[in-house]
Amino acid sequence: MEHADASPSSSGGPILLEARDLAKHFPLRTGGVFRRHTGSVQAVDGVSFELRQGETLGVVGESGCGKSTLAKLLMRLEEPTRGEARFKGQNIYDLSGKAMRALRRNIQIVFQDPYSSLDPRMTVGDIVGEPFDIHPEVEPRGSRRRRVQELLDVVGLNPEHINRYPHQFSGGQRQRIGIARGLALRPEVIICDEPVSALDVSVQAQVMNLLASLQDEFGLSYIFIAHDLSVVRHISDRVAVMYLGKIVETGTDEQIYERPAHPYTQALLSAVPVPDPAVRGQRQEIILAGDPPSPADPPSGCRFRTRCWKATDTCAEEEPLFVSRPGTDHDTACHYAAVRDDVVVHRD
Amino acid sequence: MSTTTDPSSAPHAPAAGDSPLLEVDGLHVEFRTRDGVSHAVNGVSYHVEQGETLAVLGESGSGKSVTAQAIMGIVDSPPGFVTNGAVRFRGKDLLTLPERERQAIRGQSIAMIFQDALSALNPVFPVGWQIAEMFRVHHGSSRSDARKRAIELMDRVHIPAARDRVRDYPHQFSGGMRQRIMIAMAIALDPAVLIADEPTTALDVTVQAQIMKLLRELQQDSGMGLILITHDLGVVADVADRIAVMYAGRIVEQAPVDRIYATPAHPYTRGLLRSVPRVDLKGQDLSAIAGLPPALTNIPPGCEFHPRCPAAEQLCREDRPPLITVNPGRSSACHFSAEVLNGTR
Repeated sequence: MEHADASPSSSGGPILLEARDLAKHFPLRTGGVFRRHTGSVQAVDGVSFELRQGETLGVVGESGCGKSTLAKLLMRLEEPTRGEARFKGQNIYDLSGKAMRALRRNIQIVFQDPYSSLDPRMTVGDIVGEPFDIHPEVEPRGSRRRRVQELLDVVGLNPEHINRYPHQFSGGQRQRIGIARGLALRPEVIICDEPVSALDVSVQAQVMNLLASLQDEFGLSYIFIAHDLSVVRHISDRVAVMYLGKIVETGTDEQIYERPAHPYTQALLSAVPVPDPAVRGQRQEIILAGDPPSPADPPSGCRFRTRCWKATDTCAEEEPLFVSRPGTDHDTACHYAAVRDDVVVHRD
Repeated sequence: MSTTTDPSSAPHAPAAGDSPLLEVDGLHVEFRTRDGVSHAVNGVSYHVEQGETLAVLGESGSGKSVTAQAIMGIVDSPPGFVTNGAVRFRGKDLLTLPERERQAIRGQSIAMIFQDALSALNPVFPVGWQIAEMFRVHHGSSRSDARKRAIELMDRVHIPAARDRVRDYPHQFSGGMRQRIMIAMAIALDPAVLIADEPTTALDVTVQAQIMKLLRELQQDSGMGLILITHDLGVVADVADRIAVMYAGRIVEQAPVDRIYATPAHPYTRGLLRSVPRVDLKGQDLSAIAGLPPALTNIPPGCEFHPRCPAAEQLCREDRPPLITVNPGRSSACHFSAEVLNGTR
């Protein structure tokens, strides 16, 4: 259990990025001339976490749970409805002008879709070098081309391909271009929004290895957003599970995957097929009924209660606090949180 | 033993009595495009029996979906052409049947569901109408009778409040519910074979579990043969009886599911299995397969996997290994399959 080796553990470095009660509600309006405000989609609703230096925080959840909106909030591509996010102690939503530009250098993003996130009419050199046009102080004009070639080399692309266009590369190679662009300004935090989900298994492994080695080399911190639980476990030091705009459980990868305490996490883990036919039938199968409710009209109290087998009247009336409950060793938002270890196959 | 052709993967026109339920035999499909001829399927043979689940595993561009399209006779033509091979349903070659007879078998005896249920359903008709169409077209049922049976089917695939929702349009359903509607249409006429092409790829993992459970249930009830096309090694391990692994338009390995995961007999299968993140390997590099799959317009000579294979030798660059039996019931298209199998290579 002790992290005696050099691997970055959750207790490691100083806190780099910290979110407190972060929320983003998108207003819903009727069409027509007189647009009326009819409610809001609570895409992210009260999310708190911390990210330490050199650490990877995995964020898992199904579509519509707000993971990508969270990424946009942390990049300040969206303004929050409430709450704050502090980078090295400074609330990023208070910054303006120069300070904001300096912040943007430090937090970069890698997107899911390597096809639509690269401009097809720009060469690879222009794409990877574009951050320097916006932040010219990072790299003097004269040495930019050399720096771009260095970056291509770092991510495993041939530096001589600097004049090629995105369509001349495969999906995995395009994702490397996106990563090189993310690295250009020497950021401290990289937000990876589903960085490997569009890739084939064999190529996915290549990109995962690249992300891990870049972290070691440059001391990067990652927020790694994905829906694939095994991918998240592989790369993350700590994991946050999201459901309908809220974090329902956080813990180290071991706590989440070996001793899940929130029913949703348990259902999620139980639903993941294990690539080993020898374990068929060795774990409890939890099949959730129905689909997640709409974030425009979330259930009262606990948001998971409509699909939960443990739900009682209390769950409808009272929103569960996000705390560690007796018998569990990490935070969950469930009145009846209890560790369950029969939904995963444990390996020795 | 290791040089004989696998009888299960390349059968020679068996007698009608003991022929498999559905069998693909030496199938070749190519797409003639402006950029040259794309060899999508290059001599694929597999079969599925009643009540059995065959998983066809492969990455994008491996030809797994095109093979299924050829079985259904829905390859886009031009540019696609089936240039060789046979698809036999209970011993009868579908490729040489007149279109009208083939149409009767398609839908009635062999049905297919697709990855993207939203684009596979017609947006301007109610879902109940679309399910009922199966009965009106194939059985000549009356409208009200067909509708009644559509509601029954929606019940059977566990769509809540089927009676109220029969008039709803596809966009009013969630992704998982749409996939259930697709499945309802596919099983409407009690097909003997169901081909499921990445049925859960677009779905969330909890919904995926629901759909896989439904397919399992339906198969148990009806005893249909299931061909599950997927790239997901986890889904395969959960449901398949046998696996055919495809690479660059060919089957490179075929085996019962329990054995292929423990001891793969082809370096590509082994590479795939090792690329998947595993708990016990956390903190280590994943052993990715180097490089990329070949372009189908330019498949390398010799073994199509040799440029990415850590075990390749001169022989592999020159000579394409046939799919041969390595063990009863399993076959591999590797010159060194015996060594790969026992772990010495």
